[in-house]
Amino acid sequence: MTRMAATRDGYGQALLDIADDDRVVVLEADLGKSTKSLHFRKAYPERTVSCGISEQNMLLVGAGLASSGFIPFASTFAIFTERAFEQMRNGVARPNLAVHLCGSHGGTHTGTDGSSAQSIEDLAIYRTLPNVVVMHPCDDVSTRELTKQLPALGGPSYMRTARNKTPVLYDGRESEIQIGKGITLRDGTDVAIIACGVLVSESLAAADALAAEGISASVVDMHTIKPLDGALVDSQAATCGAIVTAEDHSIIGGLGGAVAEHLMSTTPVPLERVGVPDRFGESGQADEMLELMGINARHIVAAAKRAILRKD
Amino acid sequence: MSIDELEDMARRCRVEICRMTHRAQAGHPGGSLSEIDILSALYGRRLRVNPNEPNWTDRDRFILSKGHASPGMYALLAEMGFISHADLESYRVLGGVCQGHVDMKWCPGVDFSAGSLGMGLSFGMGCAIAARIEGSQRNAYVMLGDGELQEGSIWEAAMGAAHHELGNLKVFVDRNRIQNDDFCEVQMRMFDIPAKWSAFGWAVKEIDGHNMSEIVDAIEWMDTITDRPAVVVANTVKGKGVSFMENNPAFHGAAPSDEQLAQALSELGVTA
Repeated sequence: MTRMAATRDGYGQALLDIADDDRVVVLEADLGKSTKSLHFRKAYPERTVSCGISEQNMLLVGAGLASSGFIPFASTFAIFTERAFEQMRNGVARPNLAVHLCGSHGGTHTGTDGSSAQSIEDLAIYRTLPNVVVMHPCDDVSTRELTKQLPALGGPSYMRTARNKTPVLYDGRESEIQIGKGITLRDGTDVAIIACGVLVSESLAAADALAAEGISASVVDMHTIKPLDGALVDSQAATCGAIVTAEDHSIIGGLGGAVAEHLMSTTPVPLERVGVPDRFGESGQADEMLELMGINARHIVAAAKRAILRKD
Repeated sequence: MSIDELEDMARRCRVEICRMTHRAQAGHPGGSLSEIDILSALYGRRLRVNPNEPNWTDRDRFILSKGHASPGMYALLAEMGFISHADLESYRVLGGVCQGHVDMKWCPGVDFSAGSLGMGLSFGMGCAIAARIEGSQRNAYVMLGDGELQEGSIWEAAMGAAHHELGNLKVFVDRNRIQNDDFCEVQMRMFDIPAKWSAFGWAVKEIDGHNMSEIVDAIEWMDTITDRPAVVVANTVKGKGVSFMENNPAFHGAAPSDEQLAQALSELGVTA
């Protein structure tokens, strides 16, 4: 049976993994229990800074620490990081200070807290910032591995994690995970599904359903949205001739936007974007939200067929 | 440096502030002139920095949160030898070390990339926490504008620094009573500023920000506060030292003309 786990737990575990580096400090904005930085706080209280419910302050305290040689990991809900966007822009990205921001509870998958807590624009807005690496891993193993690679990055990053559990895909495959390199989970020839986060497992389910109908779909986990693994996008476009992107995020500006921008200047092939239509969410269970927003496996299957029909 | 020497350094900086903004035909002379006595005392008497090693790990940090008042800081950095006086000609010029707002990526001796108000105090808080974790004796000094206190994030940081008992965080408020569009009293009244800081848990002192002896005393007073952050609210005059700029909202962000420069330099004791 597939192991289920939340990506935010992978983040919390990774902070402990990298704690031997005494430059690592953790910043919290009263949501450490939720983002899972609490384990670090318990073990290393002297290197944990409570910023209270003050996200703007937290980002710049991180910048000050980074300018002094520390490697700050700041986390809160994805939606609340957006409150500090200009701090991230002017105080972190512009001077290229290696502050690592983690936004948990991203996407409509967050569920019953409702639309105020369901960030559907975080990937898009952070992707516009020079110097910032943007990630949205799909399971706890890859989240842990990507987080462990951040101290060596040397610049700022944003990572979205999810509140709810998703299938674990990478047990025993840790060595395949590398910032900036997409992972081909399944090879296909008719259509390529490029997904991130909680929709990676939905995309694998979609590929199974397509296979049952005689359609060969490849599935790529594009855990790093910026810098985008353009070479992998191009090779999938060349092999399959049609692409579907899938993300629990607005169809505007996220993974779908990044892939579209890339393809337009390299290998224009039919592209269907599965994502949250231009609307806000509401309260509901995670699976109910994916259905309501039209972004679960069933909708990915439909999008794949549309993309294939559009081929010359 | 003696009080007389500090005052003369501040006068020379005022000359450069007028020249820089005149040359660029842009920039912010008013807030540079109001802060410059404090900056002169801080650099001349207290700040542990090394122009030959601007990135020295254990230096005191100076964070100009009101980063538009960059001509004042650039003039001081030239006085201290971080940059040359010729570098001052690069103010607002493409590729110049003297960017419109002070920027740590461009100019040696600058510890913070400013330009967006309300950010420097949080950054200084991070620097102070870093020093504490390392067990370093270095301080973080932050210069805030008074209009800047209208930014809510200032008070997030004020609360945070007091909570963390950052005795190595030292703040000046340049209380010049004028902001971009008009007098603060018109734009957004701030009522009793020292009482606000005090209520947030800070050690507070109010001084005349153009009286060099009072400034030096206040800097020494800050050193005696080690169990909590300290703030000096310095009552200043925007445009101080140039008669037609003094207390004149028009010179928050306007450059002097050729004739105005000549008059300003004359008032500042520069003979043609």
